[in-house]
Order: sequence, then C-alpha cells, then structure tokens
Amino acid sequence: MANTATVDELGHSPEVQGKNYLNQTAGVWSWLTTVDHKRIGIMYLVTVLVGFGLGGIFALLVRLELLTAKKTIMDATQYNQAFTLHGAAMVFLFIIPSIPASLGNFFLPLMIGAKDVAFPKLNLLSLYLFWIGAVFMLAAIVTGGVDTGWTFYVPYASGVSTTSVISATFGVFVMGFSSILTGLNFIVTLHKLRAPGMSWYRMPLFLWSLYATSIIQVLATPVLGITLLLLIFERAFHIGIFDPTLGGDPVLFQHFFWFYSHPAVYIMILPGMGVATEILTTHSKRRVFGYKAIAFSSVAIALVSFLVWGHHMFVSGQSELSSAIFSFLTFFVAIPSGVKMFNWLGTLWGGSIKFTVPMLYGIAFLFLFGIGGLTGLFLGTLSVDLHLHDTYFVVAHFHYVMMGSTAIAFFGGLHHWWPKMTGKMYDEKLARVGFALTFIGFNWTFFTQFILGTRGMPRRYYNYLDQFQPLHAFSTYGSWVLGTGFLITFICLARSLKSGAPAPANPWDSTTLEWQTQSPPITENFEKAPIVTLDAYERPAEETA
Amino acid sequence: MRLDPIELGSFWMPKQSSTIAEEIDTAYYIVYWLDVVMFVLLMGALAYFMYKYKRRGPKDKLSDVTHSTTLEISWTIIPSILVIALFFVGLKGWMKAMVAPGNALEIRTTAEMYMWTFTYPNGNVSVNELVVPKGQPVKLIMSSKDVLHSFFVPEFRVKQDVVPGTYTTVWFEATENRDTILFCTEYCGVGHSDMMAKVLVLDKPEYDQWQETGLKPGEKPLPPAELGKKLYATRSCNTCHSLDGSRIQGPTFKGVFGRTEQIADGSSIKVDENYIRESLLEPNKKVVQGYPAVMPTYKGLLKETDIDAIIAYLKTVQ
Repeated sequence: MANTATVDELGHSPEVQGKNYLNQTAGVWSWLTTVDHKRIGIMYLVTVLVGFGLGGIFALLVRLELLTAKKTIMDATQYNQAFTLHGAAMVFLFIIPSIPASLGNFFLPLMIGAKDVAFPKLNLLSLYLFWIGAVFMLAAIVTGGVDTGWTFYVPYASGVSTTSVISATFGVFVMGFSSILTGLNFIVTLHKLRAPGMSWYRMPLFLWSLYATSIIQVLATPVLGITLLLLIFERAFHIGIFDPTLGGDPVLFQHFFWFYSHPAVYIMILPGMGVATEILTTHSKRRVFGYKAIAFSSVAIALVSFLVWGHHMFVSGQSELSSAIFSFLTFFVAIPSGVKMFNWLGTLWGGSIKFTVPMLYGIAFLFLFGIGGLTGLFLGTLSVDLHLHDTYFVVAHFHYVMMGSTAIAFFGGLHHWWPKMTGKMYDEKLARVGFALTFIGFNWTFFTQFILGTRGMPRRYYNYLDQFQPLHAFSTYGSWVLGTGFLITFICLARSLKSGAPAPANPWDSTTLEWQTQSPPITENFEKAPIVTLDAYERPAEETA
Repeated sequence: MRLDPIELGSFWMPKQSSTIAEEIDTAYYIVYWLDVVMFVLLMGALAYFMYKYKRRGPKDKLSDVTHSTTLEISWTIIPSILVIALFFVGLKGWMKAMVAPGNALEIRTTAEMYMWTFTYPNGNVSVNELVVPKGQPVKLIMSSKDVLHSFFVPEFRVKQDVVPGTYTTVWFEATENRDTILFCTEYCGVGHSDMMAKVLVLDKPEYDQWQETGLKPGEKPLPPAELGKKLYATRSCNTCHSLDGSRIQGPTFKGVFGRTEQIADGSSIKVDENYIRESLLEPNKKVVQGYPAVMPTYKGLLKETDIDAIIAYLKTVQ
C-alpha cells in the first residue's frame, strides 16, 4: 500500500496524534496569517466555490431570460450585464484558479513529500491579491455592472459602454498577479522540493499537468495584464491604442487578448486532465498506461497553446493567410489531446474499476471531454467556422470543455480528495444523486445549444427569432436540472462536514504520497520526510504478487 | 403559411441558399461523420471496459502493461493525418469564400449601433433591408461607424466582422428567391439582438426594376405624396426634421411649405418647390438661421421623381 520506507508504519508518534492542520491553531487570525499551503488551499477553495455560486446564479438568470423570445424577467441592459458577469465570474473567479489554486495548493507539496511550497509567504500574498482583485470585480457589479462581455472587446469597452469597465478590468489585472505568483511558486517547488527518490518520472501526473499550467500562467498572464492596462489608459485618458477614432486598431486588441486567453483555456483544462488521470488510475487500481505520453502531452499542449490564438479571429478582419496558418496549427492541439484520451482508456483496460463517486466524475469527464474536444474540429476547419463562429455552437463547445471537462474534473477531484482535506467521508448515495442530475442536466442544457448553433442562432442575443424558442426553452429546463444537481452536491458536502464519518488515511487504496499520511494531514504533512522507492502508481511487490 | 425567417434544409443546417453553402455543408458533414465514428469507437471502448473490468473483488487480476510503443505511435500518426486532411478540407472552401469573382456587384455596407445601411452602385440606399439579384455574385464592402459588428446570413453560410476604421469584404451568390435574415453576430451593445436586416433575393429583371423605381414585385407605384412620406422615413430625413414642430437638428417640416425662413446671411426666403429642391441637392447654400450646416447632399441619391415626391409630401405636412 505504501511506497516509501518511512511511512510504511503510518502510526504517528504520540505527540502528533489527534493533531492536524485544522486544529493545530484556532481563530480567524490564525487562518488569515497562515503560511500553511493546506489552509491557503482551503481558503482558495471556499473563494472559488463562492465565485462558482455567483457565476451559477447569473447563468440561471440568463437561461431563465432566454425561456421566451422577448422579455421574460429582465430588460436588455440587465441581460447584457448578466451574461457578462456570468462569464467573468466563471472564468476569473472560478475556472482559472479552481483546480491549481485550491486542489493544487493543497496537494502539490503532499504529493512530492514536501512540507510546504517553496515560498509559503508568497503563496499567502497571491491569495490576498486574488481577494483584492475579486473585491474590484464585485465593486464593478455593485457600482453599475459591466456589459461588455467577458472579452472586453474594443471599441465598445474602451469608448462606448457606460458601465464600470475600469473597476472590473483592474480587478482582473490584479488577479493576474495572483495567478503568476502561484505558477512561479509551483514551478520552483517542483524543481527544488521533491522528496528523496522522487524523480520527475515518479511524480503523479497531476503534478505534470500543474507544471505545464504554471508555465503558461507565468508566460502568458503578463500579456493580459498589459492589454487590460492599455484598455484602462484608453478609457480613462483617451490615449489612442485600440479605438480607431483615436488612431488605434481594434483588431490589435483581439490579438493581445487572445494571446493570453487562448493559452488560458489550457490553464483551465490541463489541471482538469491531471485530476482525471489521478481519479482513473486510483479507482481502477491500474497503473497509468503511457505515463510519459501523458506527461509530455501536457507540456506539448502548453507549448502549442501559444501558437493558436488567431483561431478566435478567423472572421475578425485579420489576413486570410494568418487565418490559414492558425487553422493549421490549431489542428495540432488535437494530437496531444487525443493521445491523452487514448491513454486514459488504456488505463481502464485490464483494471479493476470501482464505480465510486470520484470515478463517476472521471468517466463523465471522458464522455464530456470527448464531445468538447471533437466539436472543436468543426471550429478549427476554416470554411465550417464561417458558419459556426459566434453562434450557440461555440457556446456549446466551450461549455463542454470548460464546464463539462474542467468543472466536472474539479468536482471529481473534490470528491476524490475530500476525505483527505476534511477528514470526513460523505454520503455516497446523495453524492451519486447530485452527480447524476449534474450530468443529465449538463447534457440537456448544452447539447441542445449545438443544434441552435448550427441552425444559425447568434451568441449574446437578448431577443431572438420565434423559430428558436422551443430549443431555447428546452435548454432552460435542462439548466434547472443542472442547478439542482449542484445544489444537492453542495448539501451533500456540507452535511459531510457536520456529520460525516471519520475518513481513514487511504480510503481509495491509492499509491500516491498524499494518502500515506493521516486524514486530515498534520501541519508538517509528514512526521518524517518520506523516501520514495517506487513509481507513482506502482504497488509494492508483495501486493501485486 | 408564413415561413420562418431561416428555413431549415436538414436537421442541423439551414437551407442552402447560396453557391458556397453546399461546399461548407459538405465540409461540415465530413467533420461530423469523422466525429461520430471517433466518438462511437472511444465511448464503445469505454463502455466495454466499464463492463468487462468492473471490480468483482479485491483479488481481481490487474494488467501490468504500462505502455505500448506500437499503440502510442499509431494513435499519434493516424490522427495527425486525419487532422491535416481536415485542414485542407476547410482551406478549400475558405479560399473560395475569401475571393469574390471579378464580375461581382459591389454594395457598400455600413453598420452602426443598431442598423445596417446598404448603398447600391446607382446611389440607391436601403436601410435594414438588403436587396440582391439572384444568380449574380454580390460583394459587400463593409465598414462600421462605431463599434465592432458582424455580418451573418445563416442561409448563405457567410460571416465577416465589420470593423470601424477599415474595410472588410464578404461575397455570396444567392440561389433562392426568398426572404431570409441577416444578423449582427458581434456583440455591440444594448440593441445587439435587434440589429437584424431582411435579405430579399429578386430575379435579375425584378432587381433592376427595384433599382429603377423602388418597386418590389407586386407593388404598384405610390402617389407622389405617399412616396415622399416613405422617403422621409427611409432616407433618414426624420432623424433631423420633425413633423410636430419640435426642434431636432434641423427646422421642423410642420408647415414648412410656404413659410418664410430667415437665412444665415440675413436675407429671407419663402419655402417653395425650388428652395426644397436646392436644399436637397446643395443643402448648405441657404441654411436657415440658427441651425448648423450639417445636412449631407442628396445629389445622385435621389431621382427626379423622388424629389417631386418629397415636395408633394411636404405640402401636406401642416
């Protein structure tokens, strides 16, 4: 079960028994000044869940408004703010930080047998920066909203919109620094703090995906920062950069914006792929098939992600040659993604699959990422994108990737690591109900939107043609099922905190290091520094014999 | 029966109403069937493994195969070939869609919050209604007056952003005589979803007749005063001249005919047929005192019959 010499005998010495990172010290102040990566991870987790709730409420309002072709519950101005805030909250407050900053912060040091990240105080600073950025975004909502769409396209965002664009973009700007610092911290930690015996190829694959993600965060986020700063300068001081009436170029903004925001798509999906790998291997008790292929495909995706931003701009007015080159390069993202898919299936082949709650999420991830990935091929194909660009097809596609894959992996990871983080088990039956409703509601809501899209329904429409009404209404009904699913999941997890059974150290019989310490772990993670003698997913000889 | 603005040609796609539509749909279905086959294979394997390797007990035999070079190479190479093929499928239709035939009819298209204006080669203007001849390539030369917009006709399968400060173009050749709809597909503010226009495809002789007389098939010529009333609205006179006496940008039309106006240079003039005609063609020659000289000339944009109609209409506005 254990893969190191020192943690074989899990029994801790009497001094630490009964102690863990949660009860070591008490009081709000002890949390606000902590440098423990686990507590910081938990605070991130609470924050992103609040962000998810906020984005989710806006999502349900948007869907409710679209129940009928004209006004249902709000006017056009409110609708435009609702979809903008849904997108901005989900992207910047939830998905980008979701897995890396919460689960990553908590488990990265544990999985390499370290006490903490390389720069614990910097880690706390990045959390505070994230909160400050979030406050600016919330301030924007309270002081007039934002109606530009989460993409802040100019010249609408720089010169026309009368909403709180500066506050919102400044919030995103500040949150960018949080993202950069977390990425930097992870890179250094993985390079310097691996336990004795843990070579790069012995790391759990979740860490490879976080490593690739961190590289993108460090390299791409500054460009978003610069772009948003330029936008703020143009809006506040009328310095002409993007607005043609001031001598600027609106297409330039799109290049800058997508130079970050396309790699950011992989900041969002790569950690989800990493979580899925951990779930699939653990709950099938099967060593990962094609370890190196999965590890290097993460790095390959990170590199290729920098070369494909122009596929958001096939009809923007960029040159035809640029579009053709970007289309060609875009197709090469499909290769490492496909390699991962095949290797995940290879991992299930010949395993011993137990349909635990995390495993259900893992399998759902394969199904939804399959659809999300394959529908990307339509949009990469130049001529087909002429018809599908900026329609509901695109909306459906990226929800399958962002929500169907990343968010599902996040909730899978949450169920997978919940016993370790909280020391409590959850009600499996209730968790299954939550999962089932989420999965059904998700497909109900978003598969419908593929059909709307191919039939020509444009994005970001408040009023729409009567002929689209039945499909829109159908999609809205699905969103209610989806919302109910998440609500049940939250109730299930909240009840577990209150009255869940105590969790054993290793409830899933996993081989990775974070399970070789008690649940929840002590502040120092391990009483004695572990020494690694086996690969991440390798079981000791006596067990497999 | 009233037809939907977008008629469906299949479960997924609208009717193919332009020459490019078939090519784009073919590419769509190539990707579609490739995706369906891939998805069924992947999910079939997943379902089979879920059934076959379901945990029966703690003593389940576990495979210890951790890689296979043959498999790894084949599932890298085969998809690579497939996606390169897809790239060329897309490129072929794209090149066709990007280059307009030399004989295309050019229509100048202006987008602004929240309307579309089309100016035809002979100076005719239509607002929120694009009229095109069937069977002839049409090239739109587009620009925006304010923010980003995008031109999208689902039945034609064409889309192109309309950008301020630069020209973008799109071309198509309509193949069906019917009304369809064009959307703005780049978010442009509060009226974005109402920024639609009708697309009217006419046979060439009918299109020529519409260009000449402003009459669509089945329409009778209007009496001059009624034609003038229509022009007042469609040529945007109404944005500056009120009918109820209120002041907008220019003097009100209420009781304008026969009124004596004070001109900017101090002289005065009685509004008659010749003054109206002159004001349409050389609007800034005799501007009424107290009003800015901002009216654009309608020289070349109004036919003689149109001018007569406007005069006839103004006589009725009392």
